[in-house]
Amino acid sequence: MRRNPPQKPADYLPIAFPAAMLALFFVVPFGIMVAISVFKRVQGGFYEPAFTLDNYARFLTPFFGEVLMFSLALAAIVSVVCLLIGVPFTYLLTRIGRRYQVLWLITLLAVLSLSEVIIGFAWSTLLSRTAGLSNFLVFLSIMDKPEAWTPGFGAVMTGLVYQAFPYTVLVLYPAFSRLDPSLMEAARTLGSSPLRAFWNVVLPIMRKTLLATFIIVFIFALGAYLLPQILGRPQHWTLSVLVTDQAIYQSNMPFAAAMAVFLVLSSLFLVGLSILVSEKKGIGTP
Amino acid sequence: MKNPAAKLFFAVIGLFMMLPVIVIAGVALNAKKTLVFPPQGLSADWYLSVVTDPAWRSALLNSLMVAAAASAISVAIALPLSWFLWRRVAPWARAVQMIGFAPFILPPVITALGALSFWATTGFYGQPWTVIISHGIFFVSLPLVTITLGFATIDRDILEAGMTMGADDKTLLKTVIFPLIRPYVISGFAFAFVLSLNEYIVAYMTVGFTLETIPIKVFNALRYGYTPTMAAVSVVFILLAVLVFGLVARFGDLPKLMGAWSRGEGT
Repeated sequence: MRRNPPQKPADYLPIAFPAAMLALFFVVPFGIMVAISVFKRVQGGFYEPAFTLDNYARFLTPFFGEVLMFSLALAAIVSVVCLLIGVPFTYLLTRIGRRYQVLWLITLLAVLSLSEVIIGFAWSTLLSRTAGLSNFLVFLSIMDKPEAWTPGFGAVMTGLVYQAFPYTVLVLYPAFSRLDPSLMEAARTLGSSPLRAFWNVVLPIMRKTLLATFIIVFIFALGAYLLPQILGRPQHWTLSVLVTDQAIYQSNMPFAAAMAVFLVLSSLFLVGLSILVSEKKGIGTP
Repeated sequence: MKNPAAKLFFAVIGLFMMLPVIVIAGVALNAKKTLVFPPQGLSADWYLSVVTDPAWRSALLNSLMVAAAASAISVAIALPLSWFLWRRVAPWARAVQMIGFAPFILPPVITALGALSFWATTGFYGQPWTVIISHGIFFVSLPLVTITLGFATIDRDILEAGMTMGADDKTLLKTVIFPLIRPYVISGFAFAFVLSLNEYIVAYMTVGFTLETIPIKVFNALRYGYTPTMAAVSVVFILLAVLVFGLVARFGDLPKLMGAWSRGEGT
């Protein structure tokens, strides 16, 4: 069957419902949020129509600057760590038998779909003094007495890497599974060790994929809203946590909306960048 | 894999992925209401309390109901959209597809805050059904990806053959196209279902104070201290995810769904 342009009005029917739903429940809410971002806050948790840029002016405060810098740095570190572990892992994963690949994919998908609430709770238990890993180290006589490792920066990092690692692997998976195995064979035949061949052949081919994945995982990590709250102290809060906090607990919807708009613009900028990076060759094709 | 270093690497990653699960599965076995590991005294009571305790049971039912209805909406949006994109030449329709992907790519707080603004403005804030619609929109991208992939696997020659035999669009849709993409529709539904079950922030900003889903209840419980039931329910949720993805893998081609080319295809 050939594809052809819609001709009769009835041809447009299939897309009418999806377009209407997405417009009404995503585009309109988004528009309302942008509108609220220039509204004025009134005491008591409400806001009134106005046009003020005060909410955006708050971005210039040192407090906001610190949160922004911390969020960006945290997301960048998480993304780098995930790639450092995820790239060799995904490469090896696509080279094992299909049956084991399926088992790993199920595991990764199950961890990826886990609620941030559950991940946060699980890691806060795992890093706690009474039920945590340090008890095991005491048992092995490596440590004298159990310690609490949460809340803290290390705990936030661990939780975020745990959450973003499956995502990283699944983003890398298509490109690595389409990598031509004969390239490696050629490198091996010419006398490269597997490690050298991976470093000199595979990584350079994957350069664009890696850069695009870095950006995608960076945005993913920027979106974490609960882990910094559960596993960290207030100084470890990110922009996403701050948006939730302002909207719900401080009842300052206009400021929350302004920050959300800022977050959208920075994410879109990054998405655009990642598309530009992988333009000539799509993410999927190494 | 023959390389022992690679084996060790996989074992370490496997342990990292499983460790939180092992520990919370263990603490939920404690006989008393304490957060210790290894568990002291074994008891399955906390696991049973997920269904016997009325509050947890109702949260579980809420979550299951929201997830089922929301993923049905996601599929109802994604299926005609991907069909249209596959059947028609209409470059502008790509924009609709991009909007479908947007909630999944952008940080989740944005969708959540948008939903909160929308439901508060329209006066429906707090109504239990609002979370179903908002989740339905939030997770459209998953069936959209799987079903688009499904359409891409259809050999257009088969349809030419059907048309030559005199079948019209409707007959082709029912007898040829739908049976071919059914596994992709089901896996799209399954992905949306599991993610909706686990979703916290959109649910919290739409019905956080009126309807308790499991993630909302676990978070509330976490704020006021520890109850072993929350560990037990977390384990149940992990097993549920493994079960659903296991079924998808059993009846479909999981590596292909994740973007790998199947054997013999491609390079």
